[in-house]
Amino acid sequence: MMAKSLLKRGIGVMLFAVGGLLAPLSVAQAGVDVPKLPPAKGASKCVEDTDFMRRNHMDLLKHHRDDTLRLGIRTTKHSLKGCVECHASEKTGSVAANKEDFCVACHSYASVKLDCWGCHATKPAQKSAQKPAGHPSAVSGSTRAGGDK
Amino acid sequence: MNQHENAHADKSVDTLTTDTATRRDFLKAGAVVAGATLAPGVLFYGVAHSRPAEEPASKAVRWGMLINTQKCGDGCKSCVTACNEENGLSGKTGPQDSQWIRKVDIRNLQTGAHHELPMLCQHCENPPCVDVCPTGASMKRADGIVLVDRHICIGCRYCMMACPYKARSLVHEPLTEQKPDVPRGMGCVEACTFCVQRVDRDEAPACVDACTQAGHNAMLFGNLNDAEGPIAKALKSMASTEVRADLNLNTGVRYQGI
Repeated sequence: MMAKSLLKRGIGVMLFAVGGLLAPLSVAQAGVDVPKLPPAKGASKCVEDTDFMRRNHMDLLKHHRDDTLRLGIRTTKHSLKGCVECHASEKTGSVAANKEDFCVACHSYASVKLDCWGCHATKPAQKSAQKPAGHPSAVSGSTRAGGDK
Repeated sequence: MNQHENAHADKSVDTLTTDTATRRDFLKAGAVVAGATLAPGVLFYGVAHSRPAEEPASKAVRWGMLINTQKCGDGCKSCVTACNEENGLSGKTGPQDSQWIRKVDIRNLQTGAHHELPMLCQHCENPPCVDVCPTGASMKRADGIVLVDRHICIGCRYCMMACPYKARSLVHEPLTEQKPDVPRGMGCVEACTFCVQRVDRDEAPACVDACTQAGHNAMLFGNLNDAEGPIAKALKSMASTEVRADLNLNTGVRYQGI
């Protein structure tokens, strides 16, 4: 009996600890505020569920980068360029120009260093609106069949 | 750039890419703007279809370039400017600046014969830069385009030393405002990519388009494996030279007239 109640108490403590770890995702606690992310423009939905993206976006991006660079696969669904096009904030036009911008807001909260923006553009292509013909975004939409796989 | 200039620029781009666009549109929609003509030397033939986005680059294709040094304009730097613009390079030519394509003067001191030619990554079949890379960052794509995977490049510069053409540069300073299609950053080696972002959407590299627009038509780009394509035909019918052919690298870029 004694052992059983100890076990129960142990499980209770474990659950409490796990709950404590997960809490910041659901409820703002005293201390650091959960980041407020600027709304995405364009599509009303992300390419995957928000919860899935929170945990797995890095894997999708890493997989896609190797496919694109090494094999030449140019699908747009999981491309970093696609993220930037939707998530660049209205204020700065960028995903990483200041602490409120989409990528930086979460990454500074989670204290995870971001290396993407040493090389990749943090802003969507500027000319896409003015220059539809021959531009990558225009082409990927209209002529690259199966681009959104 | 105002609207009018934009429209003008678009038109010229359209003219150059109409061949592939037309074929694709014809198959897709059945509606064609027929009769589009291309200036000689700018035909852009790839495989007989445009590669869908989800399809990897194929070994059946080998991209190559033929440069006619007789046609290359004296003092013309259109190709260099276009490359810098397309890929977001600064255009500076100091020892620590990236240059993906350079104009080179060659002169025979005995006869006085003078040529100018653009020198860029030769996209070798057996690239020494790929041989020496300790991380596997330096790589050749299935369609023969030699690239640097900046995700795993450690900036050791062995490839720069191995390249007989001095085609590669290291980025020494942090960069900002890169082009969305051309990520580049400090600490990585880089070189001409044959404008892989354009090739993947069935366009010719920026330098080739610029050369044609400047009226020189000295650069021809296409699939070396396509026996019916203009580049394979030209190579078959005319004498051409590999630079440092003695190294047996089987370069993708070839020159006429040197």
